[in-house]
Amino acid sequence: MSQHVVSPKIYFAVFASLMLLTALTVWAAFQDLGPFNLAVALGIATLKATLVVLYFMHVRYNPKLIWLVIGLAVAWFGVFLVVTLSDYLSRGWIPFPGK
Amino acid sequence: MPAESHAAAAIHAHQFEDAEQQRDAVTLGMWAFLLTEVLFFGGLFTAYTIYRWSFPAAFALSSHHLDVLLGGVNTVILIGSSLTMALAVHAAQVGGRGVVGYLLLTMLLGSAFLGIKAVEYDHKFAERLIPGASFLMRDESRPAHLDPAGDAVVAAGIASADPGVEADLQHHAQIFFSLYFAMTGMHALHMVVGLGLLAWLVLAARRGRFSPAYSTPVEIVGLYWHFVDIVWIFLFPLLYLIDRHA
Amino acid sequence: MSDRTPATHYLNVSYGIRSWLFTRDHKRIALLYLASVTLMFLVGGSFAAMVRLELLTPAGDLFQADTYNKIFTLHGIVMVFFFLIPGIPAVLGNFLVPMMIGAKDLAFPRLNLLSWYLFNLGALFTLFNIVIGGVDTGWTFYTPYSTTWTTTNIVPVALGIFVTGFSSILTGLNFIVTIHKMRAPGLTWFRLPLFIWAHYATSVIIMLGTPVLAITIVLLALERVFHLGFFDPALGGDPVLFQHFFWFYSHPAVYIMILPAMGVISEIVTCFSRKRIYGYPFVAASSLAIALLGFLVWGHHMFVSSQSVFAGLVFSVLSFLVAIPSAVKVFNWTATLYKGSISFETPMLYVFGFLGLFTIGGLTGLMLACLGIDVHVHDTYFIVAHFHYIMVGGTVMGYLGGLHFWWPKISGRLYPEGWGRLSALIIFVGFNLTFFPQFILGYLGMPRRYHAYPEEFQVLNVMSTAGASILGVGYLIPLVYLVWCMRDGKVASSNPFGATGLEWQTPAPPPTENFPSPPRVTEEAYAYDKIPIPGGGAYAG
Repeated sequence: MSQHVVSPKIYFAVFASLMLLTALTVWAAFQDLGPFNLAVALGIATLKATLVVLYFMHVRYNPKLIWLVIGLAVAWFGVFLVVTLSDYLSRGWIPFPGK
Repeated sequence: MPAESHAAAAIHAHQFEDAEQQRDAVTLGMWAFLLTEVLFFGGLFTAYTIYRWSFPAAFALSSHHLDVLLGGVNTVILIGSSLTMALAVHAAQVGGRGVVGYLLLTMLLGSAFLGIKAVEYDHKFAERLIPGASFLMRDESRPAHLDPAGDAVVAAGIASADPGVEADLQHHAQIFFSLYFAMTGMHALHMVVGLGLLAWLVLAARRGRFSPAYSTPVEIVGLYWHFVDIVWIFLFPLLYLIDRHA
Repeated sequence: MSDRTPATHYLNVSYGIRSWLFTRDHKRIALLYLASVTLMFLVGGSFAAMVRLELLTPAGDLFQADTYNKIFTLHGIVMVFFFLIPGIPAVLGNFLVPMMIGAKDLAFPRLNLLSWYLFNLGALFTLFNIVIGGVDTGWTFYTPYSTTWTTTNIVPVALGIFVTGFSSILTGLNFIVTIHKMRAPGLTWFRLPLFIWAHYATSVIIMLGTPVLAITIVLLALERVFHLGFFDPALGGDPVLFQHFFWFYSHPAVYIMILPAMGVISEIVTCFSRKRIYGYPFVAASSLAIALLGFLVWGHHMFVSSQSVFAGLVFSVLSFLVAIPSAVKVFNWTATLYKGSISFETPMLYVFGFLGLFTIGGLTGLMLACLGIDVHVHDTYFIVAHFHYIMVGGTVMGYLGGLHFWWPKISGRLYPEGWGRLSALIIFVGFNLTFFPQFILGYLGMPRRYHAYPEEFQVLNVMSTAGASILGVGYLIPLVYLVWCMRDGKVASSNPFGATGLEWQTPAPPPTENFPSPPRVTEEAYAYDKIPIPGGGAYAG
């Protein structure tokens, strides 16, 4: 894995995008999007994080092993979150035997 | 081990076969560590999710007591510090002269972030929003009004006339603020560590330790710093921007 | 390869306490860990002795109830966090992982040393806590008792476990990077010894799970110190959420404990059957399957905690599934024995013990995965017996088998074979006498964590305590002769058992840098069909 040098031009472009997205997320928070406010906020945050990971952290130019590490980390956080939440969401779906 | 000149071969520790293996190993090591950090903060985000799902009104009300302007400014500052960090890495990789300067800029922006955070914490103390015996969440949108029975006045700022509901609201708001302080506090702790790492890099850079052949420490501290930035990128909307349109 | 002890090796290359306390040699660090871990085993074992002494009689007449609570709590904490989880990886893993892959050391030797210091720091916090009165919450720290009601000192122990968790993470990180990046030329993934696969899978679990334990402890400590309400229902919090947090790590933790032992078994069973492992790809894949599936079953500890019935059903099914890769391993080890040329040296005796006892432990685990059965036996001695069959009948057997198998390489000396076989047999007998009655006790309804019990359970409890005494003797004997033989044992050749694997291609004890240059690998692992049985063997007669 030889190191890849990323041009500062790309860094500035990413920075500008991140600034725009930050402004967007604040603006969107003050709009009534009904049930979609949370999805929009998380979507924008995910997009920002992706830009940081791909360009600032050079992952765009990294070998697949690094992608696997990142994927595993995110997936396992997802497992913890989703499985725990699903306990709470499914309370009452099936009654306790005898009740 | 044969002596190696700085200009020619890059230096590597004895357990590695060559500099490239060392760089690969160190980079993988930092990413593996960041994986553990994702799971660590992930626990906090999970607790946040469960409690926000459980107490949406209390969380929204609590979120409105955070200062969007200060949070937004801090977001800009921190992303800016990621930019300067990336530029520092670039300078180290190409052997440019800006390494120390960009590192110092990153430290400056990071310190500014922490300074604003300190101001916010101070505000929370003044507003009695530190979880504990003196905690009191007020709903500023509620003027004084008669209770449903019509025989008593409910003071301004109290969300509910029903003492049971009001007590629950106070408890749930305290959970929000417990999470707020735990999450931003843990984040700030990681930034302090980051500042320490940056200071160490500045000292090493001033001694000319980094070159195109050896820039790995700057790269991996950069990875850590960007990760801390990413945590904030999620903290900001989740803590500061709940139901702001209401 | 010369059969004489080399003049200079990692043990005598430098002398003095500073050459040990500041070493970067993974082999010395392994021995440092051996000392720390053995000490903690003795501490945890003392608490076990106190438990079994109390349970000799039905009345709670040896200790007060509160004291007894502290005793079983500390037994659990010390054994789980300071012996079983670090045990095999920190001692055998540290020593062997670089050698098995043909490397000079781990990727990050200084992190390795730091890892040992962090372990000791964590152990110190815990020992300090024991001195100032212990904790009484059970090793599971369930809230709100642990956050609000107990008067014992939770924070020092919490800190100790947190710090030791860091030690664990650094070890896992080191193994993963080393195995990925420092394999010798020709050593492809599917030529790796299964010991390496096992430690790789273990390290994956460590990296994914331990951070969640860390945040759980942080939240626990914050709640206790600042009276926050994360897990206290009186303050709006949810105690079941604590259990989700706690078990997300603590279930995979049991796979951290067993996988390395399984790796040891693969190495020993092939050597003493003089056969290649049956189904190498399946054994390797099952290590990863256990690591990943093991994260999806934690709710089976919470069947009666008011978790949703739906979640209970899903966790039950997943718990059935996670047994499959373990079963695959047992089948493959057994198939390896079939038509092998079997000999019964001490390490192999531990393998046979493991195969039988781990199978019983695993099958009872399947029983517990059934929702209906678990509701009946939860928090009884059935559970206690189940996990001791796996952790003691499985992990400790693997640990001792591995210590014996590699002792000639580690020390350059042969352990006394007669004493080795005798203690293995004593341990096997003592173990079964201690823990089999506990299955029956649990089924009959004796609850765990109680210091008094109904009269009719006394006979089985007396059997259990008698077994524990025998087991204790069985453990002490190797402690004596392994240390004794380091100085006075017969000198070992570099490969007394005629085993395959790069670690056996070095002198015994090995030089500090293991290999002067990276060896080149051209063979699959366990190529026993290609090498002759060593003439007479090291232990002939």
